[in-house]
Amino acid sequence: MIWTSIGTINDIPRRGARCVATPQGKVAVFRTADDKIYAIDDHCPHKGGPLSQGIVHDAAVTCPLHNWVISLETGKALGPDEGSVRTIPVRLDGDNLFIALGRLESQAA
Amino acid sequence: MTKRLVIIGNGMAPGRMLEHLLEAAPDHYQVTIFNAEPRVNYDRIMLSPVLSGQKAFEEIVIHGDGWYIKHGITLYKGHKIVAIDREAKTVTSDHGVTEPYDQLVIATGSVPFIIPVPGKDLPGVLSYRDLDDVNAMLLAAQSRAKAVVIGGGLLGLEAAAGLKERGMDVTVLHVMPTLMERQLDPAAGYLLQKAVEERGIKVMTKANTKAIVGNGKVEGVELADGTVIPATLVVMAVGIRPNMTLAKEAGLEVNRGIVVDDGMLTSDPAIMALGECAEVGGNVYGLVAPLYQMARVAAAHLSGDPALRFTHSETPTKLKVTGIDLYSLGDFADGDDRDEIVLRDASAGVYKRIVLKENRIIGTVLFGETSDGAWFGDLQKKGTDVSQMRDTLIFGQVHQGGTGADPLAAVAALADDAEICGCNGVCKGKITDAITGKGLTTLDGVRAHTKASASCGSCTGLVEKLMTLTLGDSYNPAAVPPMCGCTDLGHDDVRRLIKAKGLKAIPAVMQELNWKTSCGCAKCRPALNYYLVCDWPDEYADDYQSRFINERVHANIQKDGTYSVVPRMWGGMTSSKELRAIADVVDKFNIPAVKVTGGQRIDMLGIRKEDLPAVWGDLGKAGFVSGQAYAKGLRTVKTCVGTDWCRFGTQDSTGLGIRIEKFMWGSWTPAKVKMAVSGCPRNCAEATCKDVGVICVDSGYEIHFAGAAGLDIKGTEVLGLVKSEDEALTHIVALTQMYREQGRYLERIYKWAKRIGLDEIRRQIMDDAERRQGYFDRFVFSQKFAQVDPWEERVSGKDKHEFRPMATVGYAQAAE
Ligand code: SRM
Ligand SMILES: Cc1cc2nc3c(=O)[nH]c(=O)nc-3n(C[C@H](O)[C@H](O)[C@H](O)COP(=O)(O)OP(=O)(O)OC[C@H]3O[C@@H](n4cnc5c(N)ncnc54)[C@H](O)[C@@H]3O)c2cc1C
Ligand code: SF4
Ligand code: FES
Repeated sequence: MIWTSIGTINDIPRRGARCVATPQGKVAVFRTADDKIYAIDDHCPHKGGPLSQGIVHDAAVTCPLHNWVISLETGKALGPDEGSVRTIPVRLDGDNLFIALGRLESQAA
Repeated sequence: MTKRLVIIGNGMAPGRMLEHLLEAAPDHYQVTIFNAEPRVNYDRIMLSPVLSGQKAFEEIVIHGDGWYIKHGITLYKGHKIVAIDREAKTVTSDHGVTEPYDQLVIATGSVPFIIPVPGKDLPGVLSYRDLDDVNAMLLAAQSRAKAVVIGGGLLGLEAAAGLKERGMDVTVLHVMPTLMERQLDPAAGYLLQKAVEERGIKVMTKANTKAIVGNGKVEGVELADGTVIPATLVVMAVGIRPNMTLAKEAGLEVNRGIVVDDGMLTSDPAIMALGECAEVGGNVYGLVAPLYQMARVAAAHLSGDPALRFTHSETPTKLKVTGIDLYSLGDFADGDDRDEIVLRDASAGVYKRIVLKENRIIGTVLFGETSDGAWFGDLQKKGTDVSQMRDTLIFGQVHQGGTGADPLAAVAALADDAEICGCNGVCKGKITDAITGKGLTTLDGVRAHTKASASCGSCTGLVEKLMTLTLGDSYNPAAVPPMCGCTDLGHDDVRRLIKAKGLKAIPAVMQELNWKTSCGCAKCRPALNYYLVCDWPDEYADDYQSRFINERVHANIQKDGTYSVVPRMWGGMTSSKELRAIADVVDKFNIPAVKVTGGQRIDMLGIRKEDLPAVWGDLGKAGFVSGQAYAKGLRTVKTCVGTDWCRFGTQDSTGLGIRIEKFMWGSWTPAKVKMAVSGCPRNCAEATCKDVGVICVDSGYEIHFAGAAGLDIKGTEVLGLVKSEDEALTHIVALTQMYREQGRYLERIYKWAKRIGLDEIRRQIMDDAERRQGYFDRFVFSQKFAQVDPWEERVSGKDKHEFRPMATVGYAQAAE
């Protein structure tokens, strides 16, 4: 796995998210109340809403467009809705954050 | 001819007396009051919640200035009476005012007892009696230093808990072996000490104060055994003495207090006394319930009904420290002729003890679980023979024959004359009569009409059960739907508890109210954030992560993730300069769509998030601020052209609309608020389907509210007609504030109004000037913090991270 540095944990507010721009579209990186970090595609499985703009609660985010709730751990929609979004491996090393864009990079290269 | 009634002291007893008197005989007397404290009548009992921060002083005022004006009563604030001349029938104040009386009432209350030790006069030594004491304590608490409270009784413990809440390091010194020994037996005293210590307050019993030490100010307290406890604040709460100096100097008969008969007359028939300063039948009192009875008797006599007489009764003691439940009534010394029943549940911290004499209850101590207090108290008061239920007595009322384990059944089983509210002496029958007779459906209604649960509030649960019993399904607080899956509490309960417990942050709410999730959800978090913003405008730090994206970035998210931007156009007015600025912004940022909205202003749609700060920067230079088209807050105030241009216009509707919008912009509300002002009943601004609307007429301004034109369609209701533009503004602001304080999150005004009742809203806003002013003032206060243009803040760099990706990756590697 190739880890790409994206900044530090302090760049993301608790219970918030920031985006990372990649050639394949935006990746949303989340930080929960207890400082766990997750990354998923910034693209809601419902109608493509920007998940990074949603409200973060526990390890889930509520999409700002029509309130689907997406699990940050699995990328799956919770509750009655069905659908899922790609999760991306993240690593926290001290304060530094890395994501593994593996497949993306090989495509780009 | 009306007689002159002069009252010395403006405390809780004479305040209540005047209420009864004004009801029975409004025109009998010309009333003048002298009060040594420089303020109106307030609920002294509630000083502890003010000290701990659960309430503001304004919330505990009983009679505001308006009340005295309305009833034509002259109140001399800060005037201490220094002499009574019984020959001339006059009183004289320390500021030299002399006032003649036909009837005089002395209600000077008590003075705190100060133990005569060296150092008692040092700065930093306080008593606990009035608002000045509380303010002095709050000032001292700012240093977060050490405080010593001398006295482990009711007042001392309330003071200690309050100071601890305010961040001080507190030690309570108590001379006896257990706390509150006059009201509690040693076992309950021990549990109380444990509960107090669990809050981080140190307790030293058998501590005999020898001196207060310090050089020029308090530095510590020295005990008889030589120990010195360092302190910068010392509160003495060791007891009170009836304040009878004045009466004694005037030659009235005094003993422990000012001696009065059971009709409240002193030894001089032209002078009455009541309250803590009075001694009736050899007793003096220090809790409000008997004082309120005195007030009733005194008022009856003043209005010419001598039949009512004061009778002695015992009052239960309760401690007003959140989380410590304690109830005590009567006598519980051991004795050969006495029997007792005890129940302990150590794990739950519960202790109950009933003392019996000849099969009748003479003493009750409950700690940790006090819901049966009223029932035990009733059995005790009536001297009921309990031999039949002895075996199960201690388990409380629900375990008595037949009623089953239903707490409602317990209340149902109470006799009509069982006392529910101890402070105000209100019995069950009076409450149920008021509910049915006056058609009351809300707790506030019952409080207003009967005063039950309106003083210390500890009987609120009982009153609610009575309402459920009387109203059946139409009042069922338990049936209120919970806010969301994270809690069982409904919005109203959450709002009430936020205030009552002084919760000032979302994690505190979740912790104290037992949230079931660790961090809430997208439903409760924005609601809680609003409630906290509304309730603590100066103290709460807005939690942007709990706001919906539109309110977080101050623009409306679109289906493709871009944003729309709507600047304010005050009252729908604009100018060539503004239009030119908009045109320039549209060109510069390639904004794909520009539209005139249904709210009389211009929307620019399809802006990329990254561009938002720059767009706002340019708009700001032209004088625009955010139109808050995204906010649960004030949106638009639509207007018509009014007297400026229209041949039918009766008032300056454009001007008033702009004035309202400029006054109210920036305020957050439970749901969005839209307003309109039309210059005449032709109503071109469509004011009669708005949350709040004004129809101008020749005679003034007709204020409308509770309209709807979105998901539901509903014409407005008339709030009332006012004469001037100023009044229109005040009434609208007050109405909005009332809605801000009571509305449930996402509940539009028309739904809230339906729930509260139109008449209740009209009564509070149109008829009750004092309340209206209170709402108005609170709105103005919160605007100090809310009226900040969010766009300008972000142009200056606030929340920068919101508008930029944290990193851009992958592209460089691709190029390599
Ligand atoms: C722009 C505008 C339509 C237009 O092009 O004219 C508009 C656009 C939206 N309205 Fe509206 N409403 C607009 C005037 C109205 C009006 C008419 C008015 O204000 O006089 C109404 C009926 C009155 C009322 O408020 O009830 C109206 C009733 C609604 C409702 C139904 C509210 C309800 O409780 O019944 C919603 C849905 C909601 O709020 O949950 C809504 C929601 C929306 C949202 C915010 C949908 C959303 O959640 O994203 C739309 C945002 C579009 C955008 O990004 O700008 N809009 N909307 C108008 C903006 C007015 C302004 O200057 O601020
Ligand atoms: C902190 C605290 C908590 C309490 N908690 C409870 C409780 O939970 N339950 C309960 O039942 N009771 C409680 N009490 C007791 C209750 O507040 C009193 O019993 C009640 O206020 C006494 O009413 P009053 O009218 O006799 O006197 P006060 O309310 O004391 O009023 C007397 C007034 O007379 C004024 N005065 C005195 N001398 C003069 C003069 N010469 N000229 C003009 N004015 C004068 C004083 O300034 C004062 O404002 C508490 C008291 C305190 C201080
Ligand atoms: S009516 Fe309002 S909410 Fe519906 S599509 Fe039009 S702008 Fe959007
Ligand atoms: S796009 Fe996310 S819920 Fe519809």
